[in-house]
Formats: sequence, structure tokens, C-alpha cells
Amino acid sequence: MNKHFAALMGAASMLVAAQAMAETKLTIATVNNGDMIRMQGLTEDFTAKNPDITVEWVTLEENVLRQKVTTDIATKGGQFDVLTIGTYEVPIWAKKGWLMPLDNLGDDYDVDDLLPAIRAGLSQDGKLYAAPFYGESSMVMYRKDLFEKAGITMPDAPTWEFVADAARKITDKDGEVYGICLRGKAGWGENMAFLTATANSFGARWFDENWVPQFDQPEWKNTLDFYVNLMKDAGPPGASSNGFNENLALFNSGKCGMWIDATVAASFVTNPKESMVADKVGFALAPDNGLGKRGNWLWAWSLAVPAGSQKVEAAEKFIAWATGKGYTELVASKEGWANVPPGTRTSLYENPEYQKAAPFAKMTIDSINSADPTKPTVKPVPYTGVQFVAIPEFQGLGTTVGQQFSSALAGQTTVDEALASAQAIATREMTKAGYIK
Amino acid sequence: MARKQTLTKRISVTALAWLFSGAIFFPIYWMVITSFKTELAAFSTPPTFLFFDWTIENYETVQTRSNYLHHAMNSVILAGGSTLLALLIAIPAAWAMAFAPTDRTRGTLLWMLSTKMMPPVGVLVPIYLIYRDFGLLDSRIGLVILLCLGNLPIVIWMLFTYFKEIPKDILEAARMDGATVTKEIIYVLAPMSLPGIASTLLLNVILAWNEAFWTLNLTTSDAAPLTTFIASYSSPEGLFWAKLSAASTLAIAPILIIGWLSQRQLVRGLTFGAVK
Repeated sequence: MNKHFAALMGAASMLVAAQAMAETKLTIATVNNGDMIRMQGLTEDFTAKNPDITVEWVTLEENVLRQKVTTDIATKGGQFDVLTIGTYEVPIWAKKGWLMPLDNLGDDYDVDDLLPAIRAGLSQDGKLYAAPFYGESSMVMYRKDLFEKAGITMPDAPTWEFVADAARKITDKDGEVYGICLRGKAGWGENMAFLTATANSFGARWFDENWVPQFDQPEWKNTLDFYVNLMKDAGPPGASSNGFNENLALFNSGKCGMWIDATVAASFVTNPKESMVADKVGFALAPDNGLGKRGNWLWAWSLAVPAGSQKVEAAEKFIAWATGKGYTELVASKEGWANVPPGTRTSLYENPEYQKAAPFAKMTIDSINSADPTKPTVKPVPYTGVQFVAIPEFQGLGTTVGQQFSSALAGQTTVDEALASAQAIATREMTKAGYIK
Repeated sequence: MARKQTLTKRISVTALAWLFSGAIFFPIYWMVITSFKTELAAFSTPPTFLFFDWTIENYETVQTRSNYLHHAMNSVILAGGSTLLALLIAIPAAWAMAFAPTDRTRGTLLWMLSTKMMPPVGVLVPIYLIYRDFGLLDSRIGLVILLCLGNLPIVIWMLFTYFKEIPKDILEAARMDGATVTKEIIYVLAPMSLPGIASTLLLNVILAWNEAFWTLNLTTSDAAPLTTFIASYSSPEGLFWAKLSAASTLAIAPILIIGWLSQRQLVRGLTFGAVK
């Protein structure tokens, strides 16, 4: 009996050992947002289909993740097998040779189904370097009831002039209702995302074809004058410290008539569990000035494989699972169509069930399609990126310029002073980095 | 008359003390109650401080999403390990500086402190490269060493000031009785400066427990302590305050309890003067 038992145990332990040897552990770095957390919850579906792969999640706040992943990839530390990165990092990192091109996502992946604008933002020289998990643009969210009360009708594609008029009309500062809530907190991904995209629709650009900064041009002055005056007349107090979350809280508690921000906010402001105005929200495209560019941005959280990874095959299997059509159906079957990650595939927006479940679907897809990261501005530019400039220097430069604009909004400096120092800072940084000869 | 004055004085001092401790404790109280709110309530202004619908759903979410015990265990190992290692090195070092100083002791002490003046991010890449080559990334031993080195200057300084308070004559008497240096440290110096050593130990545990730069940057999963656990609940887009508060409450709970239990030691140690 004992012998049998020993033999059985021996065989079992060998089996366990063999399995352990065959198992590939994927370490996946990701950001903390609803869609990513949902994916973690559904990991079992992937491991059930791929029993030889285990998955380890490392979830971090966006800025912490960016610093950590950048350190790791720049030093080839090899801590991660799959990275969650955005449209800002992909072209820069691909150019540096830090990412593997995604060539083997499988026959049924259907790359051509990816939205063209998103795909263009994640490709370099025609090769896809990251697969989009969810995509977003920005749009106008507004309070239908307040517009009705003021006797105004929001068009599907408003102009900046209309938005500014409407915001001033709705504002009732004594009743704590502000016509418009916009980002003011300094940061390249905070106020500069909004202001760069807005500037595009005013005909402004960060740099001309020779990388000379353009903050001394009238287009930027128009943009910033418009923004500061509008916020002074119709914005909430202390707007210079408001980012996405602060504005979300203001809007959800009924204090904003309009809010122009990420399309992903649509699901938050229409969720009765989080929003006091869930049934009163309408959507419109980001405004324009009749110059052919709208003030909306384009962003996609995407999955990529670092160059030199030892587990490319398993990583590509995971990426194909997470960003493929099958995943969409999996989420729909478990949590409903409204919770499907948006903004990556044409087929999703052609799906009648999705259209029914997500009232903001049409606005989202129209917004994404109207942004072109390869031609973001009215005048020609040497860079790609809609609400950012896809060069490594932009994180630092964007944040410093953002601080100038934030203090102009707070009234600590004038618009002219803010623009002059932005011009000086940008010229110095770009000369130092060797763009301006 | 005189008595009356002392009474008013005592009342006002007490009131002032309560006011200050209340102000210091308030953020912790706010965090703890926020962890029992729904996300919507956590975000609403003006905030409510007592009367709201209490819920434990945030704790449930945190429990299902992360492995709290794994992170907590790592924090205990990192804080405890680095503190013990630091004391092992610092006690002999502080002894040498306090009782056998040379011309260079003062300079060495100042130099040690100067290493704390550089922002850690300045050496992130070199350390990352060294750790990568030695296979220490995401390992507990690597972080124990780093946290120990990071806190060592403070530990040595603290112990040095405590040791300075102890009269040389007592140690000399021990030496006359034939004690070796080791025996002298273990049987005479350590017992006499126990409150000082205890408070140094506690302070170092707290510093290592809260260290959030290296622990975030050098770990991924295996060695990730509670700081990464907290960082995974913050987000620039979306409501997260209640869940973040729940994670933070869980993360500070152990250190808060240790702090409460050892309050007496800590206060005695910080105001310690051996034989004055």
C-alpha cells in the first residue's frame, strides 16, 4: 500500500513539475480604469483556452505606470511581457525599436476592422506596434434640461461661438450652475490635452515645419483669450485646479451646463449610480471654428510587447484575445453591451445591439473618425498626434507650458505673458534638444 | 488666585492639545469614513462626516481585486528586514563614532546625511541597471538592502545622539572589568540606550513601511508591498476615492496599531536623555 502511495505521489509530483515547466507566466502592466479591471476579471476565459499560460496583473495609476514602464523598457529590464501604453508612447517607442511589431495576431483577428484613425495612431511605417484595447475622443456633454429652460437647441456639430453663447446664457452663479466646465489643471495630459486639441480647431499649431514654436502667432492668442474669457464668465470657481475627475464630480452633481472631455465619460455621466443627472445628458461633437478641424482629441489605451521579450508568442496570443472580436462578445454576454470597451472596431458600431445599449455610440464613433493624428492641424506640422506632439520632449515641455496657461486661467498672469513665456520656454527646449538648428 | 490661574492654564493647554491632535488625526478619520461610503457619496460636496449610508462594498471590491495579504506580508518583510539589517550595521557604527571618534568622524557624519539630500529619482536608472544585472528586480532581498541603505544615515545619526548621552565612564568601568567591545555593547550600552534603540527601530519601520519610490519602481508582483497595492486604486479618469480610501485604510492599519501599542516607547525614546 505504502509503495503504491509513494509511486502515485512520485508520478503526481512529476506531473506537477512537468506542468510547471511548460507554463509561461505573462506579466501584464496596466492602468486602473473600469475596462481594464473588467478584463482582469475575465482572465479565466483566456487561461482556460490557453492552459499553458498564466497571467500576472500589475495594475497602477496612469502616471506611476508610465514612469515605471518607461524605466523598464529604456533599460531593457524585462519585467513586463505585455505593456499598456497610449497613442503618445507607441510612435516614439516604435521608432526607437523598443516594441515588437504585432505580425502574428492570428487569422481571425481582422486588423482591417480596427478604426482607421486609431490604427494610424498605433502604426509606424505601416506596421502595427500596439493593438487598441479601447479608444476615446472628446466631445460635448450637455444638460438637455438646462438648454431647454434657456430656450437653446444644441446642434449635433456646434461651433465654438455657439458653445460660448450658450454657456454664458445657462450660467447661474448664485444657483451654483456654471455654463461650462473645462480642464484647467496643469499637465501635458491634463489642460494641455484639451487646449492643444482646441487650438487645432482655432488654426493654431505647436510648431511650424521647421520645429519653430508658434505661441507668438495670433491663432494661439485667440485660443487662449477665448478659453480664459469663457471660463471667467461661465466656468466654476477654482477651475485652474480642475482635471477630469473634478469636472466629472461637478457635472454629476448637476453644476455644469456643458462639459467637453473624453468620450469615456459618457458612460459615467449616464450611469444613475454615479450621476444625479443621468437621464438629462445629451451629446454633441466637439466644437469647431469652420476651419476644417474640430477640437476633439484621439487616444487609445493599447497593448504592446516590449522588444527582446522571451515570451512573444504567448504575449501575442493574449493581445489577440483581449483586443479581438471574441472579447467584445464575451463582455457583452457577461456584463451587457454597454460595458464593452469602445472605440476600436468598426464592427462594434455596426452592431444594432450595441447601438441600442449605448446612446452615445454614434457621437463616439463620429468623434473618433473626425480626428486624424497624422494631419492634426489646419496648417502643416512636422509631428503626429492630435492633443500632443509625439516627441519624447513633449511630456516635460507640455507640462511646463500647461503651468503657464493654468496660471493665466487663475488670473496670476495675463494671456500675453503666459504666451510669451511659453514661446521662450519652447524655443529654449527645442533648441537644446536639437530640433532647431 | 494662583490656583485659579493654573486651572485656566491647564484647561487651555488641554484644549489646545486636543485641537492639535484633532487636526492631525482628522485626515485619517476622513479617509477611514470615506472608505465606508459609496463612490458617489465620497465625491459629493459638501462632504458628510457621520450621517450617510454606510457600506462595506469597497472592502469587498478591494478583497476580490487584490491579494492584500501578499502585499501586507511583503511590507512586513521589507520594513522588518531592512530595520534589523540597519540596526546591525548602525549600532557598531554609532558606537565607534560616539566613543572612539577620530578627526574624520564629524565629516563622515555629515557626508552620510548628505546622501539623503539627493532626490532618489536621480539614481533610478543606474540602480535599475545594477539590479537588473544582479537579478534583484522584484526581489525582497534587493529591496531590503536598498531600504536599509536609504535609512541607514538617519538610523546612525539617531543612535549616535543617544549614545552621546551615555557617560564614557560607565563603558570604561565595564572595560576595566574585562569586557570586550562586543560584550560592552551588548551588556552595557544596549540596555542603557534601549528606549533610544526602540524608538529608532520604530521610526525606521515606519519610514520603510511608507517608502513609495523604490518600492513602486523596483517591484512588479512578487515583492510588491502595500504601496503598490494603494497605487493600483488611484486613477486620473474615473471615480475611485472610496476604493482608494479602503485600500489605504487597510494599508496603514498594521502600522497604526503597532504605533499605538508602542506609543509609550516612542515618546520616551524621542525625548530620551540617559543620565543627565
